[in-house]
Amino acid sequence: MLRIKNLKAEINGKPILKGINMEVKAGEVHAIMGPNGSGKSTLASVLAGRDYVTVTSGEILFMGKNLLELLPEERARMGIFLGFQYPVEIPGVSMVSFMKTAVNEMRKYRHQSPLSSSDFLKYMREKKELVEIDTQLTNRSVNEGFSGGEKKKNEIFQMAMLEPTFAILDETDSGLDIDALRIVANGVNKLKRPDNAYIVITHYQRLLEYIVPDIVHVLYNGQIVKTAGKELALELEEKGYDWIKNEYHN
Amino acid sequence: METNIIQNLAKEHIEKAFELYKQASHPFLISPLETYRQQSMNEFQIKGFPTRKNENYKYTSLEQHFSNTYRYYPNSQNVRINNLDEIFKCDVPTLDTQLYVLVNGWFYESPLQPLLKKESNGIIIGSMLAAMKEYPALIFKYYNNTPSHYSDEMYLINQTLMQDGLFVYIPQGAQLEKPLQIINLVLADESIQLYPHHLIISESDKHNQILVCDHSLNSNPFIMNGSTEVYLGKKAYLEFYRMQNAHNHSVQITNNFIFQQEGSLFHTSMVTLHGGTVRNNFFVELNEKEAMNELYGLWLADKNQHIDYNTYVNHQAPACQSNQLFKGILDDASMGVFSGKILVNEGAQKTNAYQSNKNLIINSNAKSRSKPHLEIYADDVKCSHGSATGKLDDDAMFYLRSRGISQKEACQLLMFAFASDITKQILIQPLQHEVEHLVERRLRGELTRCNRCNISCS
Repeated sequence: MLRIKNLKAEINGKPILKGINMEVKAGEVHAIMGPNGSGKSTLASVLAGRDYVTVTSGEILFMGKNLLELLPEERARMGIFLGFQYPVEIPGVSMVSFMKTAVNEMRKYRHQSPLSSSDFLKYMREKKELVEIDTQLTNRSVNEGFSGGEKKKNEIFQMAMLEPTFAILDETDSGLDIDALRIVANGVNKLKRPDNAYIVITHYQRLLEYIVPDIVHVLYNGQIVKTAGKELALELEEKGYDWIKNEYHN
Repeated sequence: METNIIQNLAKEHIEKAFELYKQASHPFLISPLETYRQQSMNEFQIKGFPTRKNENYKYTSLEQHFSNTYRYYPNSQNVRINNLDEIFKCDVPTLDTQLYVLVNGWFYESPLQPLLKKESNGIIIGSMLAAMKEYPALIFKYYNNTPSHYSDEMYLINQTLMQDGLFVYIPQGAQLEKPLQIINLVLADESIQLYPHHLIISESDKHNQILVCDHSLNSNPFIMNGSTEVYLGKKAYLEFYRMQNAHNHSVQITNNFIFQQEGSLFHTSMVTLHGGTVRNNFFVELNEKEAMNELYGLWLADKNQHIDYNTYVNHQAPACQSNQLFKGILDDASMGVFSGKILVNEGAQKTNAYQSNKNLIINSNAKSRSKPHLEIYADDVKCSHGSATGKLDDDAMFYLRSRGISQKEACQLLMFAFASDITKQILIQPLQHEVEHLVERRLRGELTRCNRCNISCS
């Protein structure tokens, strides 16, 4: 589904990603872990098409297409979804008009007719129940005045609405209490299908107790320095990152 | 040199129009009014058109427009409109208003719109001229009662050449049956200049609402230089909305005076959608304690539109509150200007006064000028002012696009959100929804005309 080949990228001339190689197949969940500043969020930004990151070499193929040539909205319509580490507050834009616009743009791309207002509201209600998001939140402006936990739940709600084939969740667990964490993880698990895939970026093993990864990567200094099964997350939890750093530097 | 020629030519045109007025036959003359005309003319002749040296008109020169030929009608041409009812069948099904139409500055008398009527609850509505004749004591207690520090040149011209307007008097405890809607309609086969002047006096604490719409039925250039004077008595309450949406060959100037007594509340939201050159003056006088004034304004400009809002809020009495929020969205080579002044006088302790201007620049050729100004002579006050001009927020843009929304559509959503701070201040719900709809279509560059209405209210 997704293949990253020797990806190098920089921000303001400073190299951040120094040759990433990775392959994600349909039905898989990959976890990316790693210490602060290792390039995890930058990788997420590159996948979603944020323009402050400059790709200097390498390629990303998504469903056979060169992702780097596409605009952020084109990627989204092809099925890429980024769950933001810091969801943006947009005062004055209601959740309803935001989601309605987004869903209908997706439908247009898939040659489907736009949803009527009542069908849309029905669809939204179903998805809200699925991810257990508070009804009140969708009556407000996008993320405006939401608590940290509400913002993250809102990301999962949007994911449910847009039904992506490939989702990158960037530290969706940070700032969540244990109940919110479970709701977020349940949402992800309910949305998991054999034909979609996830990259879950996290610092902690805790989230991975709920969303069980098939493969765990450790990103350090802009490179993937270790790839293994889910047991790697446990090992990291126990030993920290120092042994990885030591291995890398030796 | 050239500026002088234009200045003189423009001034000459005003003098000629006044001569026309004096020579024309009028059904009746009202002596205080005629005196005011002459006084205003004398004052204008000394001052002339405001030049760019005048701080209040630094970015907007109006004389070049007045130097062109616009026909002035010193008396009513009695333009008749067939099926007026049909024309004004508004697209807002639930917006049920009591409608008054002025055509080319003149009161449009019809069976539905009697020249002057007094209702059983004491409310008087009708033509200004007719009311001046019928109720001179009531009107001239207020009319042209503006303090000398408001002697704005455009207002002087309006006073000199004033045609007719709507007079509204709401006595204590009275409630308008429905929101009152005034339509200033321009309907001429040639370029005209017009000078409506409305006077609203309210002593009522009931939630009365007035809406003014400026319309044109064709795309002939015109200059509308209108005034609205509002006097609010003790504890009076008034919501006042204005939609400026004529075409881009128009010059629209409004002079809005608001005088408030103790505990009164004035709330306004003004939206400028179309207009070539627009200048809106707000003069607010908080004369007695605990009065509250809320001014909201929005302008959406593109092409070569030039839109200038000017405010002056004068806190004369203690414990008054004023709130100003003005927002502009500027595209193409348009220009937006905001200059606002809050003056807190010595005795006006416990004043709360706020002013904010925010501008969104969509195209780098568009310009915005902002000049907030605070002058405080009391020591126990809370005041603030601020101004910010910028582009659309990159983070918000990316967030929307990452959900599959195109750049264009994301831009629409963000502009609409920016405007909603003002449109949500329209407290008549159906009108608010209609204005939001117009704003949305205006931002999309679609013709903002109500679908079923033949008038370009829109």
